[in-house]
Amino acid sequence: MSEHILEMRGITKTFPGVKALSQVHLQVREGEIHALCGENGAGKSTLMKVLSGVYPYGTYEGDIIFKGQTCEFKDIKQSENLGIVIIHQELALIPYLSIAENIFLGNEQAQRGVINWHETTVRTRELLERVGLRESPTAPVLQLGVGKQQLVEIAKALSKKVKLLILDEPTAALNEADSENLLRLIVELKHQGIASIIISHKLNEIEKVADAITILRDGQTIQTLRMDEEPVTEDLIIKGMVGRDLTQRYPERTSRNAGEVIFEVKGWEVRHPQQADRKMLDDIHLHIHRGEIVGIAGLMGAGRTELAMSLFGRSYGRYVRGQTFLHGKEVHLTDIATAIRHRLAYVTEDRKQYGLVLIDDIKRNITLSNLGKLSRFGVLNEKEEVLVAEDYRRRLNIKTPGIWQKTGHLSGGNQQKVVLSKWIFTEPEVLILDEPTRGIDVGAKYEIYSIIHQLADEGKGILFISSELPEILGMCDRIYVMSEGRITGEVKREEASQEVLMKLMTRGRG
Amino acid sequence: MQAIGELFRKNIRQYGMIIALVFITVLFQILTDGILLKPLNITNLILQNSYILILAIGMVLVIITGHIDLSVGSVAAFIGALAAIMMVDMQLHPFVAVILSLLIGALIGAWQGFWVAYVNIPAFIVTLAGMLLFRGLTMIVLGGQSIAPFPKSFQKISSGFLPDWLGGGSLHVLTLVLGILLSLLVVWQEYRERRTRIKYRFEVPALWIFGLKLAALVVVLNLFTYVLATYHGIPNILVILFFLIVIYSFVMNRMIAGRHIYALGGNEKAAKLSGVKTKKVTFWVFVNMGALAALSGLIFAARLNSATPKAGTNFELDAIAACFIGGASATGGIGTVYGAIIGGLVMGVMNNGMSLIGLGVDWQQGIKGLVLLLAVAFDIYNKSKTQ
Repeated sequence: MSEHILEMRGITKTFPGVKALSQVHLQVREGEIHALCGENGAGKSTLMKVLSGVYPYGTYEGDIIFKGQTCEFKDIKQSENLGIVIIHQELALIPYLSIAENIFLGNEQAQRGVINWHETTVRTRELLERVGLRESPTAPVLQLGVGKQQLVEIAKALSKKVKLLILDEPTAALNEADSENLLRLIVELKHQGIASIIISHKLNEIEKVADAITILRDGQTIQTLRMDEEPVTEDLIIKGMVGRDLTQRYPERTSRNAGEVIFEVKGWEVRHPQQADRKMLDDIHLHIHRGEIVGIAGLMGAGRTELAMSLFGRSYGRYVRGQTFLHGKEVHLTDIATAIRHRLAYVTEDRKQYGLVLIDDIKRNITLSNLGKLSRFGVLNEKEEVLVAEDYRRRLNIKTPGIWQKTGHLSGGNQQKVVLSKWIFTEPEVLILDEPTRGIDVGAKYEIYSIIHQLADEGKGILFISSELPEILGMCDRIYVMSEGRITGEVKREEASQEVLMKLMTRGRG
Repeated sequence: MQAIGELFRKNIRQYGMIIALVFITVLFQILTDGILLKPLNITNLILQNSYILILAIGMVLVIITGHIDLSVGSVAAFIGALAAIMMVDMQLHPFVAVILSLLIGALIGAWQGFWVAYVNIPAFIVTLAGMLLFRGLTMIVLGGQSIAPFPKSFQKISSGFLPDWLGGGSLHVLTLVLGILLSLLVVWQEYRERRTRIKYRFEVPALWIFGLKLAALVVVLNLFTYVLATYHGIPNILVILFFLIVIYSFVMNRMIAGRHIYALGGNEKAAKLSGVKTKKVTFWVFVNMGALAALSGLIFAARLNSATPKAGTNFELDAIAACFIGGASATGGIGTVYGAIIGGLVMGVMNNGMSLIGLGVDWQQGIKGLVLLLAVAFDIYNKSKTQ
């Protein structure tokens, strides 16, 4: 019996034309939390797919040794039987089924095909207790928030007698409280002897819970850091991930001269789209100067996205009252086309669902919002379109074999650059950026920040929404803080700190 | 050689469809001892399939937006019945009756588009209701009986040919001239396109490939018109079809409206947040479908020279099958007018060929079903391979 629960030795995995993994080593000790870090495309997910048998034995080179045994998994079932369970970023629960049904899906408590519901319910209760979820086993999963669904996934893993739990970006979609809760649970499972591998971009969380960190870059193991052997800092991890010192995580603002007020909102009130008496946004006042980056900070559910979308052609909720001014003149942005015509742009927080047509190529996505500029009498000039797309590919450094590439095949950072290109092409004066760097690796983030600076330097007004306070502090000239649909404070760059913002973010109605 | 391979791989779906069509044509040409490609039969083929092809053009737009229209057969029958009442019972001038019929078709499309786009009822349900509703209305207005005959000038839509102004003989000279003119137009157009591509410094295929492609196009085109010329020449219906295909291809490929339709089908939410008026686009796609269904109904009525309660039964299924054989995706965002036409021709040639060799309708149905399934399976296999 070795001290390692898992050893992956010399794993090499090639796809046609690409070497995704090259001689990767990974050693996870018994009962530890092991973080796997790396930029998007570094090979983290591929490595986990090799481990869990998604890529069966024979399609890769190298050895997997789990609990002292060499394993040759042909499918996920085999790895699960040994206690390796993977929880994917996109949760694999069926919304209309109950918690109990989901937990025992594919593993039903049954005798000769007949399900024993008493047994199922009793065992579900035990499992829910272990993960600290106080819900009825018969509650349908769709009534649960994302955080609780995550717990159901873990309960499901526990039901399979998990020894090694793999979590892919487990807190990406969770708010602060749910994230903390989840991390606490993972630590607790560690004390019960269940080891975990966590893939995460959130370095502060990793620092908090991980016992060891393995860093991948370009399909190779760069290093494994052990928390008990050396002091590990975020900078050290980032250095390993990008292969260079990131002394500057945010680019230098060369100029910071805000001009006149370009966009102003007064007394904005919006109700929930279905529940007419529920105020989602209440008495919002804000203004943006030319060339200014204005941040909006707030916890999940504070109404930041709702504000952005309702301003952008009233695409969220039920408008009740409020005025919008562009250059001091009142404008009625009653639908999205009108908002675009008035030079507003909105980059969504969910680029796959709301930002891009994934089955269309880069070119078509970039020009979609401003086809009028490329056409006469409704007839498109496709040659000009190609030139425009090529121009943006170069200027924003979109890494792609060509502008005919489907956007669904691009990495997160490049997808975001396509979305930004699309909106820059509409020649906006006010850009609302909703979580513009979510799910993007460190290197690409820096590029996106530079683009945002450049836009501000060109005199555009920018509304910058983000959940990550360091990002808000690093990027913005002025920050509005939201809580429960209201603006609870306005902070200048010089006065802002995480503590000040957090205090305002958690200020309830009162 | 490598260039051809590259070209082929990039366009496997398009070429695959044409290859399938050529294969099926050659197969039945052999099985029918050469009857299939006889001038008379080719003319018949066009006449028999025109109404399905017209429906397929409208249907592919509906399918690209991610919807479906099950009502087109019933709408075609209903419009045929109304046209008969207008022309036969009310003695309206055929021209006026045709315009009114198309307008009513568009109105029916607007009715269904309203429920789909603005009330958010799935198109499957709205048009299933429409299928029953308009079939019922057809029987009501016809009182369960057929109305016939139509005025001669109306029948000409389906049974007429372009007159030969250029003097008779056994060959239809105008047809040949049109074939040559069209060839010149195609060559000029392709050449101009190539020149602008070079001007913009885009990739162009090697000159000899370009030449070969043009030569093949010209040969096929003129062979086709020659065959038609040895019979009665170009049917009126072919002229209508030709313009519909050209116009709709242009709209879908080169105009903002087409781009919006594709974007809406590819990702409705993203399209909406990009400023595409998604509801409006959906609405007008159904209006368009209604008008084309009306046109299809008129042509069918003119061909039968009567309006019957059973007209247009199962047309919707043939039109939908044509779109899917032609590479459209059931989830929306993918499909072409040109593909739908090829898909419709595959079905048409099979129908015609199987009838010629005396295969019963029972067998025909079964084989068509299998071909639909295999075509889509081939499509999905190809997609999974390229990923």
